[in-house]
Amino acid sequence: MGTREALAVANRRMVRRLLLLTAAMFGFGFALVPLYDVLCEITGLNGKTNGRAVAAVEPMKIDESRTVTVEFVANLNVGAPWEFAPRVTRMQVHPGRFYQTHFLAKNLANQPMTGQAIPSVAPGLAASHFQKIECFCFNRQRFQVGEGKEMPVTFRIDPDLPPDVRTVTLSYTFFRIDDAGG
Amino acid sequence: MSTASHTTDHGHDHDHDHGPARGLSRWILTTNHKDIGTLYLLFSLAMFFVGGAMALVIRAELFEPGLQVVDPHFFNQMTTLHALVMIFGAVMPAFVGLANWLIPMMVGAPDMALPRMNNWSFWIMPFAFTLLLSTLFMPGGGPAGGWTLYPPLVLQTGSAFPFVILAVHMMGASSIMGAINIIATILNLRAPGMTLMKMPLFVWTWLITAFLLIAVMPVLAGTVTMLLTDKFFGTSFFNAAGGGDPVMFQHIFWFFGHPEVYIMILPAFGVISQIIPTFARKPLFGYASMVYATASIAFLSFIVWAHHMFTVGMPLAGELFFMYATMLIAVPTGVKVFNWVSTMWRGAMTFETPMLFAIAFVILFTIGGFSGLMLAIAPADFQYHDTYFVVAHFHYVLVPGAVFSIMAAAYYWLPKWTGHMYNEKLGKLHFWLSVIGVNVLFFPQHFLGLAGMPRRIPDYALQFTEFNMVSTVGAFLFGFSQLFFLYNVIQTIRGGAKATDQVWEGAEGLEWTLSSPPPYHTFTTAPEIK
Ligand code: HEM
Ligand SMILES: [Cu+2]
Repeated sequence: MGTREALAVANRRMVRRLLLLTAAMFGFGFALVPLYDVLCEITGLNGKTNGRAVAAVEPMKIDESRTVTVEFVANLNVGAPWEFAPRVTRMQVHPGRFYQTHFLAKNLANQPMTGQAIPSVAPGLAASHFQKIECFCFNRQRFQVGEGKEMPVTFRIDPDLPPDVRTVTLSYTFFRIDDAGG
Repeated sequence: MSTASHTTDHGHDHDHDHGPARGLSRWILTTNHKDIGTLYLLFSLAMFFVGGAMALVIRAELFEPGLQVVDPHFFNQMTTLHALVMIFGAVMPAFVGLANWLIPMMVGAPDMALPRMNNWSFWIMPFAFTLLLSTLFMPGGGPAGGWTLYPPLVLQTGSAFPFVILAVHMMGASSIMGAINIIATILNLRAPGMTLMKMPLFVWTWLITAFLLIAVMPVLAGTVTMLLTDKFFGTSFFNAAGGGDPVMFQHIFWFFGHPEVYIMILPAFGVISQIIPTFARKPLFGYASMVYATASIAFLSFIVWAHHMFTVGMPLAGELFFMYATMLIAVPTGVKVFNWVSTMWRGAMTFETPMLFAIAFVILFTIGGFSGLMLAIAPADFQYHDTYFVVAHFHYVLVPGAVFSIMAAAYYWLPKWTGHMYNEKLGKLHFWLSVIGVNVLFFPQHFLGLAGMPRRIPDYALQFTEFNMVSTVGAFLFGFSQLFFLYNVIQTIRGGAKATDQVWEGAEGLEWTLSSPPPYHTFTTAPEIK
């Protein structure tokens, strides 16, 4: 009899521990989210580029000897009724110098719309070397019915960009975010 | 041997409160590990045919290029549901059923440690799968974005979406409860003298699998919860517009997903390690190394997940790390294959149906391991990823791998469970048709993948036609041969030649000391372990 009770106690203790482990792993799944974000922010691995302007614009040595191709890509998220395209699809730039280009967007829906562009840079490791001081992606963009806009980006490439990178692609995806109240 | 008669007598003495209840309530309310094992196995068999029917829809559509049998949206629902049903409804419950039947009998325990929880963990399953299959009839149809549930595609699922997530939660809860029960049984209920290193290998592989389940099923539950809140509660875990990242889903999913594939194969390793020594009439070669190999596979399975996402744009260091870590898994896996072959080496082998399935497992699983190694080469994977080569790889490890091991187990232990011998002729016929069918079905898919045919697409370019036709013929051959299995199992349950207690000449282990079929309650007093 005594051993049977001892067994019941042992089983209960085992269940408690294993449930605790289950809960911990459930939490770990969620903890992976900030861990992953921090990792990507530190390393710039996933091409997430700042949705904010660089804090301080210090002058950089302009490297005239090096030319990098910057390509521009525009994507629409599903259900975003816009026309959206870069004015030019590629530019030759020297690291350290500022350049400006434009993206064109037009509301095709028969109601006012608010959108937000999310930037991404490929290759991922170039993301931390791509600086924007002015970008339509910093703010939400509001469009009246049929309204079209020409939206500027001002950027430069950090001369520290790894030497094997010769082409950098800046891609924007335009999301519709009306529900957010714009 | 003395323990067998002892427990049998014991069972008879107390028949008034120990026998099974009658009628339907026996099955609904049962807490008996043998009943629950039977329920799991029958449920799994049913799901095997449901999932198989879906696979035949897929193969029928792919018989010829162009769209003829179903529309693309329904095709996508079939690929998605086929995988979910086979993984969570057929393979995993089959192994849990085997665990329920066998672990208490193998370690000399009277039942599972937590019989009532055992009842719940089974009975959640029929509800989860009714829910999952009912999504086919909902507006917008069932899930169609693939079993991997990648956002943003999966978020376009119609009304079915929250029900799919709920079904996944229910399956997860069931698996976790099953795993807790198995660990508690193995760690607390072993008969005196049954030390860990004396446990049969099937028990060992299940102990490790159960820990894998507890470690990763909650992560799956977490990530599908994030999908749910992204869709309905405005969070942005995976939504780039709100600062999230869809690639993060892939990382979290595969943190679950890769250990999950080992959850489906480690118990199979256990089954094969029981069967081969019996029919080779030699003890398992390298028992201890088998245990350590299983444990190292389980450990490594946590650090290789990104080999499923080589093409998302990882930095070189990441590609290299995941490539080498993945290749490392081939080492303990090779140890296992080596041990099985060495066990057979110079054994007095006979080739009854369970042994035929076991030998086919060793050979065909190894082919799947090799194609896995090819996929693990990061630069090559850019070519193979999301093609039929991947489909061929994982079907080789899962069908002639996991599924063959389950069939081997069914033939091997069915005489013990039912007290009747199955029809050996029919078993062999089933084996040969299956082994031919499975190769005709999946081998050409390697070539299709290498030539660039993408997976999960209902139409294809003309030059892929011949191999697809061959593959479809193999699929129907394999699928319909399973009816022989069904018939054989039913006939064996209903009657047949009386099985002896030991059943197989070379069988060793506590379960073979019990009568066939074993009494409803076994080992109510612990057996002595020599
Ligand atoms: C030597 C061992 C193995 C290696 C090196 C290996 C490697 C790989 C790799 C690299 C992929 C990703 C291919 C791609 O998507 O491009 C893959 C996919 C897969 N493997 Fe394996 N694998 C091994 C064993 C297994 C086993 C034992 C199982 C299951 C029993 C399994 C099941 C799967 C599944 C289901 C997928 C595809 C998942 C999906 O995308 O739907 N593999 N494997
Ligand atoms: Cu994997």
